[in-house]
Amino acid sequence: MPTDPVIEVAGVTKTFAGVRALDDVDFTLNRGEIHALVGENGAGKSTLIKVLTGIHTPDAGRITRKGHISTIYQEVNLVPLMSVAANLFLGREPRNRLGLIDRARRSADAAELLTGYGITADVSSPLGTLAVGEQQMVALARAVEADADVVIMDEPTSSLEPREVETLLEVVRKLHEAGIAIIYVSHRMDELYRICDTVTVLRDGRSVHSGPLKELPRIELVSLMLGRSVNEIQKHGTTAFGEDHYAGREPVLEATGLTSKPRINAVNVAIRPGEVVGLAGLLGSGRTETAKAIIGALPLDDGTVLVAGKPVPHNVKAATKAGISMLAEDRKTEGIIPNLSVRENIVLAALPRLSRFGVISRARQDRIVDTFITRLRIKVSSPEQKVAELSGGNQQKVLLARWLCTEPKILLLDEPTRGIDVGAKAEVQALIDELAREGLAVLLISSELDELLDGADRLIVLRDGAVAGELEGAQLTREHVLGAIAAEVMDDADSN
Amino acid sequence: MTTPMTTLTAATRTKVLQRQGAAVALVLMVAVSWLVFPRFGSLDNLRDLALQGSFLAVIALGMTFVIITGGIDLSVGSLYALGGVLAAWGSQYGFLVALALPLLVCGLIGLINGLLIARTNMAPFIVTLASLLFARGLLLAITDEGANTYQIPPDSAFVELGRGTVFGFGYPIFIAAVLCVLGGMILNRTSFGQNVFAAGGAEQSAILMGVPVAKTKILVYTMSGTLAGLAGALTAAYLQSGVTVIGVGTELDAISVVVIGGTLLTGGMGTVLGTVIGVGLIKVIQNVINQIGTLDSNYQSVVSGVFLLVVVVLQRILRR
Ligand SMILES: Nc1ncnc2c1ncn2[C@@H]1O[C@H](COP(=O)(O)OP(=O)(O)OP(=O)(O)O)[C@@H](O)[C@H]1O
Ligand SMILES: [Mg+2]
Repeated sequence: MPTDPVIEVAGVTKTFAGVRALDDVDFTLNRGEIHALVGENGAGKSTLIKVLTGIHTPDAGRITRKGHISTIYQEVNLVPLMSVAANLFLGREPRNRLGLIDRARRSADAAELLTGYGITADVSSPLGTLAVGEQQMVALARAVEADADVVIMDEPTSSLEPREVETLLEVVRKLHEAGIAIIYVSHRMDELYRICDTVTVLRDGRSVHSGPLKELPRIELVSLMLGRSVNEIQKHGTTAFGEDHYAGREPVLEATGLTSKPRINAVNVAIRPGEVVGLAGLLGSGRTETAKAIIGALPLDDGTVLVAGKPVPHNVKAATKAGISMLAEDRKTEGIIPNLSVRENIVLAALPRLSRFGVISRARQDRIVDTFITRLRIKVSSPEQKVAELSGGNQQKVLLARWLCTEPKILLLDEPTRGIDVGAKAEVQALIDELAREGLAVLLISSELDELLDGADRLIVLRDGAVAGELEGAQLTREHVLGAIAAEVMDDADSN
Repeated sequence: MTTPMTTLTAATRTKVLQRQGAAVALVLMVAVSWLVFPRFGSLDNLRDLALQGSFLAVIALGMTFVIITGGIDLSVGSLYALGGVLAAWGSQYGFLVALALPLLVCGLIGLINGLLIARTNMAPFIVTLASLLFARGLLLAITDEGANTYQIPPDSAFVELGRGTVFGFGYPIFIAAVLCVLGGMILNRTSFGQNVFAAGGAEQSAILMGVPVAKTKILVYTMSGTLAGLAGALTAAYLQSGVTVIGVGTELDAISVVVIGGTLLTGGMGTVLGTVIGVGLIKVIQNVINQIGTLDSNYQSVVSGVFLLVVVVLQRILRR
């Protein structure tokens, strides 16, 4: 490919209060290419993007830009209280002859545009009423429509469902055909290999590799990201689940006949201490709803939840008291308290347990926090750093740590490794495993089939809100699961 | 964890109650007052009511914009009084000076408010509290501790601005009406208006979306200061003098009518129409309490206070 740079970065350095987020980074984006930007959580990807778009001023280095850049930032960057249409056209509203905003045309244009992205929501309703995935699609539509020469996407798929991911990749392909250069950040290897031409790897703020992606074996890419040798990674594997350890115990959680029309119908889930049960199924098959029903966050038409044989009233408070915790899927928008420190955010939910006569032992807090920071490889300058200053993936790890340190009896995990880099993913999986070994009952939801197959001791397959089958032992293979779900899953599943 | 469906209905409910809640209350108040107090419905009384409301409406218009950006402007009460005094003093040099001087000076103080808030990231509460004190001090300084009241010559053209009428309705009513219609258009039909919503709804996102947040804030506080100065000038023209003691606590009146009108105190949502309805509601309550006669006029504040509390509590509940 002839080189025709639209963005050139040379020797850029950016420091935040002692943290070197970017260290002498070189980066070139050529016209018409799809360029993957990868690296561990906190490697500096989002910072590089914000430097490119002028949100951050670099401490040193040179940036050359040609043409208009349009960006989808990692945090959904829209205004929840304004209407969908207003968000879509903010800053470039269609006008009538008097120079006033033509609201009718704005709504019509917005509705038409969004149908192309599979969104049929009312464009005059506040954006905040849309699901997170839909909001992400609106952000995408907005960025793409701004007749850009370069489109930057920072983890655009981390809150999308498989079907929405396909729509997004389709949009990327169209942009590519129109000759628009794209910078694409993602932790999902599959997507990267499907659409990207070139890759730049960041590690600890330095650019450690740049070149064509197709010729670079997956394992080598991972080794570049983590800074460990290929051998070492092969030995550990990329998923880190261990063996089963729940030998013949009574179920600690028994949920029977969970029904909430029209989403789930007579779903039964039983989990023994030390057992990891996976929920498999297509988008909309009722996985998240089942978890929500168990923790009491979904109004039920019918069904009971027993913890250790005792019925639990159907509300979140009672469920939490009984020892059920849930890591929600859309945690990106939930639960993080940006202005509190990492330590405070982690121990928040565990405070009652850590205090004795109302006094909270600081030493115990520090011990727990240190353990999680090390185990989850949370990249912080100190436990007292504000969570708002962490990279997106590291914020998620903090939330995960919060639920893990409440020491629940039953843990419901909805997509626990989404948005988390490959290295930390293995750590999270190993941790789930270790907790299970200590007797925790885990319900695991994941759209990555490998994660389910490796992690779960038993799989419950859902189809259209009902249990379509249960798989155990030798049945835990790709073929069995795919057979039980539906053929379409083939596209969504993570392949090696 | 609310599903999109439930948040949607909650949002619609909020909208209805915020938009129409105050309107319904106003209609009820007017209907009841009309029936109970024979003098309430008289043309004279209605004209007077509208005139009294027009001064507050001009101030509250600016406050609506400020609050939608998520800010607050405590200086408007002082600027209102200062504007009146400057207009009265300026009237000896003719109509133009009498009108322009308060607009310029109060606009300038508003601009400084805006610059400090947008560029140094100081809290609007603190910055405008400082200008509240500053403007009140300036006012006392130029009037000899308030001992010196500037009179406007009764034959001056400027008096006409406050006292002239069409079908018995004072000019200030029309001025306020035109400004509010313009304000509503600016808010909903211009990019600046959309930026006001975006800046208050999610400041960080707005910045990432390329909205000139700082510029928007500066403009909004300048506008609020200028409008407070204008309200002062109109009041002076109506009273034929620059009264130094008015405007104490007016900023709180303005804030309450804006909030009663359904504008979110936390920013990002609100309407000019709601503010106008809020003004109507407060003025009707005041008027009725005056009609009862036996009731201490301090009950006006009691009733307005209760109203405000109810609205804010409702907003809280409905936002959950
Ligand atoms: N505003 C800030 N203040 C202080 N430190 C910051 C700030 N923004 C980023 N950092 C730090 O800079 C480093 C790089 O962060 P960045 O967000 O660029 O990571 P990333 O590669 O995008 O990670 P992720 O995959 O988790 O999104 C992190 O250590 C982060 O804590
Ligand atoms: Mg990032």
